[in-house]
Amino acid sequence: MNSLKFVFSRLLGAVPTLLALICLAFFLVKAAPGGPFDMERSLPEEVEANLRAAYNLDDPLPKQLLKYIGDIMRGDFGPSFQYRDFNVTELIMSGFPVSLRLGGAAILIALFFGAIIGTIAALNQNTKTDYLVMFFGMTGISIPNFVMAPLLILLFSIFLRWLPSGGLGGGEINNMILPVTALAFPQVAYIARLTRGSMIEVLSSNFVRTARAQGLPTRTIVLKHVLKPTFLPIVSYLGPATAAIITGSVVVEQIFGLPGLGRYFVQGALNRDYTLVLGVVVFYGCLIIFFNLLVDIIYGFIDPRIKSNR
Amino acid sequence: MRTKQLVLILVFLVSGCGENQEIGCFVSDGAIVVGGQTGQELSPAQVFRKNNGTEPGTLDPHRAEGVPASNVLRDLFEGLVMEDPSGAYIPGAAESWNISEDAKTYTFKIRENSKWSNGDVLTAEDFVYGLRRSADPATLSNYASMLYPIKNARDVVLGKKKPQALGVSTDGPTTLIIELEEPTPYFLSLLTHSTTYAAHRPTVEEFGSQFTRPGNLVSNGAFKLAEWRVQSHIKLVRNTEYWDDTNTTLDEVYYYPIDDVSSSLKRYRAQELDFTETVLAEQLPWIQQCLPNDLKISPYFGSYYYGFNNTQPPFKNKPKLRTALSMAIDRTIITDIILGAGQIPAYSLVPSVKAFKAVPAHWSQWTQTERDQEAQKLYSEAGFNKEHPFEVEILYNTSDNHKRVALAIAAMWKQTLGIKTTLRNQEWKVFLETRRLKTDTQVYRAGWIGDYDDPYTFSQLLHSENEMNHPGYSSEKYDDLINLAATKNAGESRLETLRQAEKIMLEDMPIIPIYFYVSQHLIKPWVSGLEGNVMDHHYSKYVKILKAEITSNNEQP
Repeated sequence: MNSLKFVFSRLLGAVPTLLALICLAFFLVKAAPGGPFDMERSLPEEVEANLRAAYNLDDPLPKQLLKYIGDIMRGDFGPSFQYRDFNVTELIMSGFPVSLRLGGAAILIALFFGAIIGTIAALNQNTKTDYLVMFFGMTGISIPNFVMAPLLILLFSIFLRWLPSGGLGGGEINNMILPVTALAFPQVAYIARLTRGSMIEVLSSNFVRTARAQGLPTRTIVLKHVLKPTFLPIVSYLGPATAAIITGSVVVEQIFGLPGLGRYFVQGALNRDYTLVLGVVVFYGCLIIFFNLLVDIIYGFIDPRIKSNR
Repeated sequence: MRTKQLVLILVFLVSGCGENQEIGCFVSDGAIVVGGQTGQELSPAQVFRKNNGTEPGTLDPHRAEGVPASNVLRDLFEGLVMEDPSGAYIPGAAESWNISEDAKTYTFKIRENSKWSNGDVLTAEDFVYGLRRSADPATLSNYASMLYPIKNARDVVLGKKKPQALGVSTDGPTTLIIELEEPTPYFLSLLTHSTTYAAHRPTVEEFGSQFTRPGNLVSNGAFKLAEWRVQSHIKLVRNTEYWDDTNTTLDEVYYYPIDDVSSSLKRYRAQELDFTETVLAEQLPWIQQCLPNDLKISPYFGSYYYGFNNTQPPFKNKPKLRTALSMAIDRTIITDIILGAGQIPAYSLVPSVKAFKAVPAHWSQWTQTERDQEAQKLYSEAGFNKEHPFEVEILYNTSDNHKRVALAIAAMWKQTLGIKTTLRNQEWKVFLETRRLKTDTQVYRAGWIGDYDDPYTFSQLLHSENEMNHPGYSSEKYDDLINLAATKNAGESRLETLRQAEKIMLEDMPIIPIYFYVSQHLIKPWVSGLEGNVMDHHYSKYVKILKAEITSNNEQP
């Protein structure tokens, strides 16, 4: 019952956050110089006036904002300025599954390998294995996506011809391997480092020493007592990281030509596609709030100290 | 010579590469045998994969704008007139036409056997509906001003008259009559543009703004829409109802919106694209060495220039200063060294096209040394010298190529005239606004691609009432000549009028012509049927995919 109340109050608390986000994003987008109708070919005045009227751009800003919030309440993100045959809801719904698949796979892979590598390193602290594994970790963090992705393409698509160099294809797994790798790589490294640091700290804590003194085998100590507290910082990292990664990795989507949310966001901003940018921001905001909430709930399960404080 | 060296050094600093940099190809050319034994043998898979640059904003022919949308629409729809691979006008949906004595009435005969992709008969009425819809302000077309030569079009577009007032009518199911305001010599070329396409009334009315979706869109071109995944691809398939389907070879055409030119090259090398939209200047050395046969460069109907802000100091009423700045630029350094794709040095706004020969400024025949000397003279007459140098700002939209050109020009001005130049770059939309407002610009980058193959599409830009006149040039004589050319009958005298206008403009030098564009495509050797043309219009209808046998992997580590 307590948990339900907690979730409910957190959801209620999210409303003002979202409203503030919408307002801020709305005014920032409108404050950017240049508009959706500034094009290489300038429009005749009358034509532009006609367009502005059609998109309600002549109303005072507060009135536009109120109308926008009202529309969102009804689930209508409005028509896109740039992709004139689509509305923003359709675009988000077509871009999000791609980003979700890409980011979801990347975060799962990163979590799996990161945790294993980090654990190996921590258990072999300050040995050659540790150094080797962490060298890999540092490399992973240091090589940015936009270097990693072209290197992968060069090797696997152009020289070896094993995998496609981009595009969604017909949705085959092949088309996802390179982008997922490029996206997961730095995350693997980051999670490995987090795991290592956290586990070393846990390993040196009192309850582990007690367990050792009791003569428990290392295997049991690690699996039963160490893993859970080790994952605390990782879980809190995963919340926002998952939200960030599944709402679209701009760079990876751009390089591999994938129709994810990240590309819409960038294209929307470049084209001053007000409704599209706002739509993606609001959607992104909701996801972050959702994942942070999820993290808090999971925390309660892993860490009894938090549950009792609630 | 010193200028040249200075510029070279600057360019290398910017591009970060030296002259002797080794190029690794990883290509073994000649490993591909194309076309089998006859050289014309077709591949069993007739699929053509093109990079289209960016995603079309819409596939509604009457609301579309920009090159990517036009490319797709050219395959989906067929205008009254179309082009052959070389760009010459040939009958399209209309099998023939008559032009009246006064050149103000065009009568088109629509092909009797032509159909829409759903099997409905294509009639003259469909074109009337399409043209009215295109002009109707309710359609929210950005390009409706293309229709202005048609009688009453301007009033319809501006909402002063009903769409029914537009000068288009039918006489029976296959006769379409279009009346013009004035004789418009380039009118036929407008009929290849999507604003003049027919529309399938029942589906437009049934589906509203969703009529362009796959499954809804009914078109009359060689292909029909099969899939449209925004930011991923557009897939077209053969339209078996098309009147000339027997001469169509391709079964499928893919358009990819890959705006990242590096990614585009990689996908081309990975054999995932047959045609790229463009290449980058920095990729050219590699391509010229490694894929020389795939690189197709041809003159493109576009002009790259710098605009002066003629409405404000320091350039208002300063023709001598403007001319000095123009003369001091050695265009061949920009075209040959900085860009290097075969761009043509420009000494006029309008490129040569068809019967129209460009009118270069009289000093274009001089050597650069002579131009520099004259520039120095004009510069000092304008009141500046080494002790009191002129200071100026160049504004350009953020891009590596624009930056390299601007740096070179700043270096030449410094070298020849001692001018202190600052460079300012702005993001595209910010740049467009700054340029339009004319309050915060001195010299800015500009470019224009002709909408139709007539010099007027360029000349009109500097008419004082044109909304595209960002330099704010205002010359009564120029305006008169442009007005005359817009209304005068076809032929040599009209072209002469436009040449005169250009001469007057070049005396005033409200802009600095720099170079004429070239189109730069990478095209796989197995793609047959495409030719370079000044408008860079390519119909997939003409494309054939030849049989290609790759005897060894084309690119190996």
